[in-house]
Amino acid sequence: MQTATTITQSHHQPRPFPLSTTKAADLTQPAQVKIATRGLNFYYDDQQALFDNDLEIATNKVTAIIGPSGCGKSTHLRTYNRIFELYRGQRVSGEVLLDGQSVLDGNCDVLELRRKIGMIFQKPTPFPMSVFDNIAYGLKQHYHINRSELRDRVEKALQQAALWDDVKDKLNQPGTALSGGQQQRLCIARAIAVEPEILLMDEPTSAIDPVATARIEELVDTLKECYTIVIVTHNMQQAARISDFTAFFYKGEIIEFGATDKIFTNPDNPKTQDYITGRFG
Amino acid sequence: MKQRSLIYRRGIDIVIRLISSLAALFGMAMLGWILSIVLLKGLPAINWEFFTELPAPPGMPGGGLANAIVGTLMITLLAGVIGVPIGLAAGVWLAEFGQQSKTAETIRFAANLLMGTPSIIIGVFIYVIMVMTTGNFSGIAGAVSLAVIMLPVVARTTEDILSLVPSALREAALALGVPRWKATLGVVFRAAKSGLLTGVLLAVARVSGETAPLLFTALNSPFWPESANEPTANLTVTIFNYAMSPYDDWQTLAWGASLLIAAGVLGTTILTRGFLWYRSK
Repeated sequence: MQTATTITQSHHQPRPFPLSTTKAADLTQPAQVKIATRGLNFYYDDQQALFDNDLEIATNKVTAIIGPSGCGKSTHLRTYNRIFELYRGQRVSGEVLLDGQSVLDGNCDVLELRRKIGMIFQKPTPFPMSVFDNIAYGLKQHYHINRSELRDRVEKALQQAALWDDVKDKLNQPGTALSGGQQQRLCIARAIAVEPEILLMDEPTSAIDPVATARIEELVDTLKECYTIVIVTHNMQQAARISDFTAFFYKGEIIEFGATDKIFTNPDNPKTQDYITGRFG
Repeated sequence: MKQRSLIYRRGIDIVIRLISSLAALFGMAMLGWILSIVLLKGLPAINWEFFTELPAPPGMPGGGLANAIVGTLMITLLAGVIGVPIGLAAGVWLAEFGQQSKTAETIRFAANLLMGTPSIIIGVFIYVIMVMTTGNFSGIAGAVSLAVIMLPVVARTTEDILSLVPSALREAALALGVPRWKATLGVVFRAAKSGLLTGVLLAVARVSGETAPLLFTALNSPFWPESANEPTANLTVTIFNYAMSPYDDWQTLAWGASLLIAAGVLGTTILTRGFLWYRSK
């Protein structure tokens, strides 16, 4: 059994990462903790939405967050890149640690944080500009880059997102002219173009058709070699198919967290059992 | 439970449809009527001299409104240069930063009051602070009074248009690590550009027909406008003066000026729409 936590400055007792229950192959390489939350609470005005969330996200693994609607899955995810700060009346307490550094305190540069942590949304959100400019937009924000280098980077990002063949002749067309599935892959390409370390996916396939969904799932599988992925999903089969670890949220609390195999075959908590067997939610 | 009479329900449907169709038709007919009369009466005044010559003294044949055309363009343009940027900035602040805060609500309330303020009061206000203090009527005072009228219109439409942009798009830009101001200008503005342009044009169109505030500020002049710091000829006050005059050829010129303003406002709106339609294809 390995205790692979790299978090040191926590007020909580270090907890063993739930590696003991993963597949044998994973044991050869101890998982590093990329993101950890400690005693995370979240409030919409006076309404508390997250209660004391402790979670550890493993490097280069896919972690799925499941749970019924309104249980705080997205809310939890949205604390990692502090995107919730866009709205008045949303506040957070507790800690979110990226590589052991707090992301919630004033010293954290939020622009650099968001470069490191890319986000994909439920509905595809292509910017109202060309396919090329959609990818170039973030790149130009973060890097000094000349014209030819920019072209190379854009092509590389599109290839990584398995979209290059679809759009190589349409780079000057508006991003909004692509199909829903292509738009979502465009958003993934846009996110990975700025070389993040983590991808947060907030129900990335709930607005697109099954074939496009399958392509995105394949993509997630290849992307995890380079990125740590956290995916919120309503689709339990999807969580079972693509994730290494699964966290089950219920009413703002993390009921159970562990290897996906174990959560889906032999969960410890009866509530988890009820949810994955479809008895509620 | 007794079913409601189908005939009764269909009857109601037909009546409502008839009433709303008639109302729409009435509005269209009024517009058509106004335009046709203005066209009929104004067309005889439109000739080369109308656009190139200064007004002739009463009793003398010929003469045109070249000075008033230039003056109106000057005053409206200047008003736009002053009013549009401030209005846009205020709208951006309300939609993106102020949101539901107390300050924002107060500003919104003030903008609504200002929008409902009769334009003659704004004219008198500018008369007191700009004409009485400097001792002379001026084009710049006219432009400032029009800018004040424009300001709340531009601010509120900007806010309305920006709040129509889905917050997911805003979040997507911010999640890439783009600063707030850049996301607003580069992504949100781009998504809203046709609405913003329409809003600005509407505001310009609205003030280009204003007469009362110019009576107290720009006044009128039979000469070419040589600087913005003297009484400046303009079409609307010319219409006011000439339409009330006992001279036939002055009255004809007033109709010509009305036609010009109507055509100008209609023309800009149609051209902008056409341009946006062409761009969006």
